[in-house]
Amino acid sequence: MADHIVKSYDEELSALAGKIAEMGGLAEVIVNNSVSALVTQDLELARQTIAQDKRIDDLLQEIEMRLIEIIARRQPLGKDLREIVSAGRIANDLERVGDMAKNIAKRVIAIDAGLNSKQLAIGLEHLTELALNQLKRVLDAYASQNADMAAKVQEDDAEVDAVYTSLFRELLTYMMEDPRNITQCAHLLFCAKNIERIGDHATNIAENVYYMVSGDRLSEDRPKVDELGDKVS
Amino acid sequence: MNKISSFDETNDMTDSKITARNVQVYYGDTHAIKDVSINIKPQAVTAFIGPSGCGKSTFLRTINRMNDTIDICRVEGKILIDDEDIYDPKVDPVQLRAKVGMVFQKPNPFPKSIYDNVAYGPRIHGLARNKSELDEIIESSLQKAGLWAEVKDRLHAPGTGLSGGQQQRLCIARAIAVSPEVILMDEPCSALDPIATAKVEELIDELRENYTIVIVTHSMQQAARVSQRTAFFHLGVLVEEGLTQDIFTSPRDKRTEDYITGRFG
Repeated sequence: MADHIVKSYDEELSALAGKIAEMGGLAEVIVNNSVSALVTQDLELARQTIAQDKRIDDLLQEIEMRLIEIIARRQPLGKDLREIVSAGRIANDLERVGDMAKNIAKRVIAIDAGLNSKQLAIGLEHLTELALNQLKRVLDAYASQNADMAAKVQEDDAEVDAVYTSLFRELLTYMMEDPRNITQCAHLLFCAKNIERIGDHATNIAENVYYMVSGDRLSEDRPKVDELGDKVS
Repeated sequence: MNKISSFDETNDMTDSKITARNVQVYYGDTHAIKDVSINIKPQAVTAFIGPSGCGKSTFLRTINRMNDTIDICRVEGKILIDDEDIYDPKVDPVQLRAKVGMVFQKPNPFPKSIYDNVAYGPRIHGLARNKSELDEIIESSLQKAGLWAEVKDRLHAPGTGLSGGQQQRLCIARAIAVSPEVILMDEPCSALDPIATAKVEELIDELRENYTIVIVTHSMQQAARVSQRTAFFHLGVLVEEGLTQDIFTSPRDKRTEDYITGRFG
């Protein structure tokens, strides 16, 4: 798209996109670190992750201030308006992603014992990989203004949901096998749920990127798979 | 994938106060308006936007045949108001302009009293049989224009002594005194401060119930605030017309997008 006649407006918008990218990068790092800390029972890494989440919260505040300032000074319209509104929503989703990671990191400290199942660890890592890949792709879609890529991310969330559902069943099985597993498994269940929620935030971001780029809404009635099965819908 | 709205569905032929078909306007050799077709809805405000020289004012002036006064100007195509061809030789332009009132960029009250400014139209069109009927028209027009309370004690003071915003509302009162059906406004607020502008915009919003209003404005924010539909002109062409919220959030044409976001090269 051509540049604005007023150059400082372009600078403000690209600085904003830069802040979103920074926030996204940081969110990816702390999700990754929180799950690593969980799998390797690295308490120090868990504490670091909790501290890093603060930076994401600060970025959200900074982005919100910038948005308000741009709205007050520029009265954005058209694509600019969609970009401004989407940036606010995307920043909110990224902040929530940070919270999910922080919650996992806190549980690492709460569990305070190694994972006694190699298979569970592999399952969690696989789920994380999928969710992080979704997050990475949606941030790429945002940076490159690619609506099709965003639509694909939305579609692929079903895969994250499916893996989460199978992990959920696995954890239930462990709990039934031996009640001494319950405490740890309950924590792990929340961790898995948090990661699944990260996938959902990536989907929200995808929908916002799609709207930002195209001006149209992505249909939200995609097939949903979750641990509740089809008893509740 | 759902579209927020479809432009074609929001403007059908069935509900059209002003219907323009393939309108061309020439100033001598200059082709100023190129094949413009549009339906303008009744009881709504339609905003014309576009860069200087895009033809929006020229097109506005075809709706009450103001271009007739320019010798070298030639209009082709059809403009219907309520299915009546306003360029039909049988149509009296003076009668047409009573039906299609106009308010200009610069407030232009006559060098007469406030009362006589508003009374001018009703007098030449013989709309009042006696003084008390005329008084009623004056009061109700000034009421509708939101000016009555401010001027009722000095109706015989000169109209030119009012503030800019009051003068503009006086011109609106003068336009509505002859009971028009359509009011054309050519940048009615460009000479006004934000408070006077807000008063005129509030007035436009109230008048919308009873009149079809077409406003030319250079202020995108004003178009967004006062209109229900917006039409974007560029180089004499009607590029895009649609619901105001669609034009300002998701315009379909790149030229519209570039213009409203301040990117025009």
